Formats: sequence, C-alpha cells, structure tokens
Amino acid sequence: MRYLPLDNEDRAEMLEVIGVRNVEDLFGCVPKEARLSELIDLPYHQPESEVEKHMTKLSNKSISASSVPFFCGAGAYKHHVPSSVDHLIQRSEFLTAYTPYQPEISQGTLQVLFEFQSQVAILTGMEVANASMYDGSTACAEAVVMAKRVTRKHKAIIAPGLHPHYSLATDTLASSVGVDVCILEQKISSDYKVLDLIDDETACVVVQSPNVFGEIVDLTPIAEKAHLHKALLIAVFTEPVALGLIKSPGEQGADIVVGEGQGIGVGLNFGGPHVGLFACNKKHVRQMPGRICGETIDAAGNRAFVLTLSTREQHIRRDKATSNICTNSGLCCLAFSIHMSLLGGDGLRKLAILNHESASLLATRIDKIKGAKVLNNTFFNEFTVKLDKNAKDVVHSLANKNILGGVPFSRLSKAGPKDILLICATEIVDEHDIESLCKALEEELR
Amino acid sequence: MSMNNQGRVTAPKAITSVASESFSGNKALDQATKLIFETGSFNKTGIDFPEPKGIKYRLGGLEQTKNIELPGLSEPETLRHYVRLSQKNYAIDLGVYPLGSCTMKHNPRLNEKVARLPGFSDVHPLQPIGTVQGALELMYELSNWLTKLCNMPAVALTPKAGAHGELCGMMTIRARLDADGNSHKRRVFVPESAHGTNPATAVQCGFFVDELPANDKGCIDMDVLRLKISDLGSDNDIAGIMLTNPNTCGLFESDIIEISELIHTAGGYFYCDGANFNALVGRVRPGDLGVDAMHINLHKTFSTPHGGGGPGSGPTVLSDALKDYAPVPYVVKDKSGRFDLIEDINDISMGRLCAFHGQMGMYTRALSYMMSHGSDGLKQATEDAVLNANYILASLSDLMTLAYPGHCMHEVLFDDTFLENTGVDTLDFAKAMIDEGYHPMTMYFPLVVHGAMLIEPTESESKYELDRFIATMRGLANRAKSGDIKSFKAAPQHSPTKRVDETLAARKPVLRYGS
Ligand SMILES: Cc1ncc(COP(=O)(O)O)c(C=O)c1O
Repeated sequence: MRYLPLDNEDRAEMLEVIGVRNVEDLFGCVPKEARLSELIDLPYHQPESEVEKHMTKLSNKSISASSVPFFCGAGAYKHHVPSSVDHLIQRSEFLTAYTPYQPEISQGTLQVLFEFQSQVAILTGMEVANASMYDGSTACAEAVVMAKRVTRKHKAIIAPGLHPHYSLATDTLASSVGVDVCILEQKISSDYKVLDLIDDETACVVVQSPNVFGEIVDLTPIAEKAHLHKALLIAVFTEPVALGLIKSPGEQGADIVVGEGQGIGVGLNFGGPHVGLFACNKKHVRQMPGRICGETIDAAGNRAFVLTLSTREQHIRRDKATSNICTNSGLCCLAFSIHMSLLGGDGLRKLAILNHESASLLATRIDKIKGAKVLNNTFFNEFTVKLDKNAKDVVHSLANKNILGGVPFSRLSKAGPKDILLICATEIVDEHDIESLCKALEEELR
Repeated sequence: MSMNNQGRVTAPKAITSVASESFSGNKALDQATKLIFETGSFNKTGIDFPEPKGIKYRLGGLEQTKNIELPGLSEPETLRHYVRLSQKNYAIDLGVYPLGSCTMKHNPRLNEKVARLPGFSDVHPLQPIGTVQGALELMYELSNWLTKLCNMPAVALTPKAGAHGELCGMMTIRARLDADGNSHKRRVFVPESAHGTNPATAVQCGFFVDELPANDKGCIDMDVLRLKISDLGSDNDIAGIMLTNPNTCGLFESDIIEISELIHTAGGYFYCDGANFNALVGRVRPGDLGVDAMHINLHKTFSTPHGGGGPGSGPTVLSDALKDYAPVPYVVKDKSGRFDLIEDINDISMGRLCAFHGQMGMYTRALSYMMSHGSDGLKQATEDAVLNANYILASLSDLMTLAYPGHCMHEVLFDDTFLENTGVDTLDFAKAMIDEGYHPMTMYFPLVVHGAMLIEPTESESKYELDRFIATMRGLANRAKSGDIKSFKAAPQHSPTKRVDETLAARKPVLRYGS
C-alpha cells in the first residue's frame, strides 16, 4: 500500500520490541464481542490511476460553472481566482501544518492570520477580527449567541432579507442556548418595520446587506435605534466583493460584522469549504468566539505572532467557553488573504465595479423581457426577478440549454414565492453570456 | 486539538540572544518578512482588470467614497511574501509531527488533485439537482463507506469540523428527547479527560455537564458512574454521555459496552467523540458498541489536510434511534439511480446546521483516501498506527514515565514524573524537541495527567523515522536527568523565532495592523 512505509519485516521487529506475538495482542483491550474478524465489505485498495479515473468519471457528470453561462449567487459567488493563489496554498508548509500551537515553528501561519485579521477588520470597518469561522452562516449564528452574552438579553430579531439558510442555522444554534429568535417574514423591499420591533428586551438585530434579494440596506438608522435600546446591530454579508464598493458595515454603526469570505480566493466547492469572517469592536473582543492571533515579541526581542486571548476558548474554559469551535477555516483564510493582497484596495474596488456593471447590464436587459421584471431599487451584483412562470421550471429549462440561470427563491425557502428568481452576474459574465441567458429567457417566457 | 500550555501563558525569562546580526535581517534561507501592510500599498495591484465602462451606480447612495486601505502587491512580490512565510512553518511533509489527538498523517496529493476536478470544485451549491449528479453521487458513496465502516444506519455529512459534528450529534439527541416529551433530560456525563469541545458543545446545545472522573487505569470510573445513575433514581434527568473512544489517554474504554447499556437503560443516548476513530477503522465498528452518534474528523482519520488550522469536516453517524432527527440537507437515491438532495426541514429534524451541504472539498479527499486504501489498506493503516504508537511506548517507557501501564492504542501518554526534580518541565522538554527538528507532542492534555505528553506517530512514519525520533527523545530525557537544564530553558535556539512572550500578547492585545 503506497501510503504505508512499514513492511512486514519492520512490523515483526517492532512487535518483538513491544513484546507481543502479533498485532491482535495490542487490541486485547477491545471487548471480544466487538472485535471484527473479517474485512469490512468494501472494495480493496486501488492504484492512483484507478481512483483518479473513478473521480474523473463522477466529476464529468456535473456541469461546472466555468463551462457555461453562469448566473448563480445567493450566498456563493463565482469569481476569477488568480493562479498564484492555488499554487501558494498547496505549499506543504501551509497545507500540512496543524493549528499554530507552537509559535516558534509556525510563524508562517501566524503572520498570515494576523494579516488576514487586519484585512478583514479593514474591509468590514471594524476594530478587530478573529482568525475565521466555518462559514458565513455559522459565523452569523455565533454572533447572535455572542450578543446574548454581551447584552445579557435574550431576544434576537432577524430582519427580512437574511439568507434563509443563515436564519435557519442561527435559529438552530441560538434557540438551543435560550435565545428567542424572531425571524421576520421575507420581503424584497427594504422596509424598516424592523425598527418598530427593537425594544429594551432586544439583544440584537441581524441585518444582511446586500440582502439575499440583492437589495442594499442602509444600516445606519437600524444601528441608531438598536443602540438606543442597548441592543447590538449584527451586520451580515454573503459577498465580500460588495465591500469594495459599498460603505462598510462598521461605518454604518454595526457592532458585530459577520460574513462569508468565499468570494475572495475560495472557489465554489459545491458549498464548502468556505470561510466565515467575524469582526467586532475591541470592547467586545473577550466575548468573541474562535481563535485570535496577536502580535508580541520573542526572547530575542523580535516581532512575533501567537494565538492569544485563549481564555475564551473551549480548550481552557470548557463548558464556559464562548464557543465550541476548534478547527476553523485556516487554509481558506490563506487563500482569501493572498487574493486580497493581489487585489489591494484599488483592485478590490475595480473588481467590485466590474461586478456591479455586469449586473447592471444584465438587469437593464432583463427588464426588457416580457414576463420578467427586476424588483430591486438597488443592488450590487445580484438582484431579484419576478417571472410570469414558475422559477424552478424556468431554471430547469435553462439548464437543459446549458445555462445556469440563477437560483429560484423557493429553493432556499419552500414556503417562499414560486415566481421569484435570484440572478447574479459577476465579472466573469460577459456580453455573450448575457445575450444567451436573455434569449433563452425570452423563449421560456414567450 | 487542545493546545500546548492550557492557559499557562509563558514569558521568556531572559533575552538570550541579540537581534539579528546580519545587515539584511535575513538568516540565510530564513528571510525577514515584513507585513504586507509595510510593503504594499492600496493603489498597487497584482491583477489586471479591463477598464470599467462607467455605468451609473445603483447602490442607493451607499457607495464607499473613501480609499480602502488594503495593501496590494504585484504577483512576484506576492509569491515571495508567502513563500518566505511558508518557510517559517513546520509541516508533516518536513518531519514527524506527533501531536496527540490531532492525527497528523500523510496527506496524499492525489486527493488534492481530485478535489480540484471541476465537477466538485467548480459547481455551485444551488445549481439544479440535475446538473450536480456527480457531486451528489460522490456524497452518496462517501456516506456508504462511512456507514459501513461504522456499522451505523445513517450519516449526516454537513458538519464542518469535529466540534460541529458534536453539535450535530448532541442536537439530534436533544431533538429526539424533546420529541419523546423528555425535555427535562438535560444532564450529560462528560469524562474529565474529554477534549474541551465536548463540555463546550454540551452547553451550546442547552445541556449541563456532569463530570466523570477517571480511574487509576485512565478509563471511566465505573463505580462513580453507576452510583451517579442510581442516586438520581426517579429524578433521572440523564440525556446521555459524551465519551471519546479510544479516549484521550490513548486507551480503549474497556467498559464501553456496559457504559452504553447503563446510559440506554437510563433513557439516555451515547455520543461518541470519534476524533480517535483512526485507531479502530476496520477492526472495531462503533455501531457494535452501542453508539448512537459519533462524529468522524475527516481531517484526522481520513487524511484531509489540516491547512494550518482548517478547514475540517465532521460527518456524524447516527443510530436508528436518531437518524430521523438528522439535520438537512442529505442525499437520497431513487430507484432509477438518480440522486436528490433533501433540503426542506420536516417536523422532527433538528434543523439546519449551516448554509449548503457541508465540506465537499473534504468529501472528495476523504473518499479518494478510502478508495486508495480499500477495506484491506484501511485496516492495515489502523494496525500500523497502533503498532507505531506501541513501539514508541516500548522504546521510551524505561526513561520517560507512562501515565498508565500497559499497551496503548494509536497514541501514547507520558506524564512528567520522569522530570521530577530536574528543573525541566513539559513545556521546556517540548521546546527542546523543536531544536531537534521535531514538532512537539501534545502537551498538558488530557487534563487528568500531570504535565501530559501525548504522542501520536500515525501510520505514516517509517521505522527509520521512528528510531531517529526515539533516539532523540532518549537523548533529551537523559539530558534532563543529568541536570543540564540551561539548554532546555533556552530552547528553542535554532528556530526562526525564539520563545515568544505570550503574557504580553494577552495583556496588551495587538490583534491587527495599525491598532
Ligand atoms: C478528542 C477530540 N475531540 C474533538 C475535537 C474537535 O475537532 P475539530 O477540531 O475538528 O473541531 C478534537 C480535535 O482537536 C479532538 O482531539
């Protein structure tokens, strides 16, 4: 077996040193009734070539985003990732290292985390960020639980427009620790009914912008009202590229900012791994979940980095920890950070503008189609279209024509309207793609 | 995994050497590396874009008007920055990485290749089901391997790491308890030796923790458990137990079948922390031990890379009693061989744990690993992992002190008794290993042992590497006993960075550039 360095001679010598006759003896502690005598009924070992062949066969059964006109968003975004990103993250020293528990021989990972945290803090307009969560949805759930700790209050208001999966993931976690999660009915237009619901009992209000319908929400009035009642504003985003063109949540008064970082550096991956971003202000840092890397010096007086403030974490605080998270999204942070370094602030803005322009062109074109109407007042790179037909059926017919034409809202929420289609156009979409989609839509809606 | 010094933040006592003596700040291959914030600037970029067309914004007046102060670098500068940083990291591909409980085994590169095939890496989670049949088939196949290896009827793939799998399992247990009208059952037994994620998870799921002590053999003290259960009598509020097996001392919980019966009789459920499943694959099936739920760290047992802290993946196998309460989404196959994804929550499911379908990128790697090994190779890998650990045990137990007598499973636990009166502690010993070119073992975990040193070699080490490692450990143990403490206190000397001031980091947190 190509991955196993020991041969039978080694094994025999080692058994002798151990002083047992065979390897069975080492499993003597296993109760007899639980010892397997036969091999489990699964295929035998296979050479690389065979495994690769099988995997390629499976891979070929799916339609990949790059191979067709592609318009899916709703929480995961297709962007061009520079080749150097994937090359760098495959360096053994990054790929095959563990969490940097030994700072003397982990400064590579630690400095990356420090730079990553700095980038996330700047991007979100917050003072500090942690070293990542699993993804945007779990970051959102943890933020609500954190708000309960910070405010010692129990009510969380989920404003319309939060990605339905985020609402559900948040409800799952937060209700189990006694948070009363009020999920407001989904609405496309940003109405501010949520303002009336914020009261003294409110721990936090959770608002996504751009929201799941693509609409950009002015967070400032919500932050003001929340702060009046000593509640926290948790701002959520699913598309980090949007922050290249939209005022940061921090500037709009958010207390905690959580989001999905996948759009920078990390591919679609059928939904995972992605990378959860988590930022807040300094005064709340001791209530933050997850790992944090900090700057310090070493014995020679040189700058060094180390995991810090770990008295919040499960390995020290156990049942009193701020979260149970341990493994996070390390390598995806690296990918995010490299891509962001390649972009730079101006590059990010340019990328954001290109996204917005793609979407604007598409929206203008779709509005001319009979039976389709763009519902947004504002958007970044995705928007909502009301169709004269069932959106799921339309998307299926488009797929049959080799066009991945967006996400029916009912896919995210069974109870949601059936005629709503979420469409996204990033910088990878060109005029031909737009024409292909719109022609096909015209045929469908005729 | 638990970390080095369990909250013992350490500050180096003396500055033992002066800052770099070279003009450049470099030390040969070890290149001084500034922060990107010190070398880049926001108006520089390593990516060429077409010029925007100048279309009017539709942002509702919320556009960012200020510069975004994120530093940019050209491509060559980027490559240098990260390659230089990478050279300051220890890695499995460099040497023995015996972090107990973390299972730092070889990460096959075939897995990296297949994970990048476009049908897995370049598909959107919300594409029409008909366009992602290959990806779903892979998930289905992975489920089949996992459920067969565990002899469990179902698996929830979505959890994004081990601790997330714990959440999945414990919330599923809670959902079942609530469905049966047992919402008062909230007591969860957790052994003292458990990983920190276990008690943290129990509390995050709304349970409370009742700690179980270990006996003098490193396993659960059965007398205590029996007494606790009988003492509760009619006030039985037992929800279940979270038990790691083999446990964090590297020992098989030999009373596991009785434990599972006791818990079940009390109307509770048996959660098994499967972080150490790599000691059992192909030889013992959790389903045969009465387990109701167990997470599997694909990033340990099934070789997906740790990536400097993640991402992981924690599929959670479930028993018949729990499987209907599993989270969404999950894959099903119909009679015609077509795969579908069940995404809508029914009345009894515990709900949704995260957006989308979990860690596809890890599923591909793990399945590739399993197919490569096959049922025969997986069993052999298990045996080699246990053999390697016992070889280290046998070769060191005369000089270092075993925490518990007898053989171990996949990892061997020493305590610091052998360092008594030497002036050297576990931390010093670990730092001296760094100078010898080894990553230290897990230290100060599990908590049931004083100055714990938990060594897990995995099956990926050759006898040659093990012999070198053993010789080094013997050398260090002898040196400590000979009273040469100076070299331990000054260690590491050869690493790019010397001992760091953790106290300073925690007292005056500097958590980002420019703060
Ligand atoms: C025994 C044990 N349980 C649980 C975990 C948590 O797993 P993860 O880090 O994947 O969340 C670990 C890993 O560190 C572990 O060693």
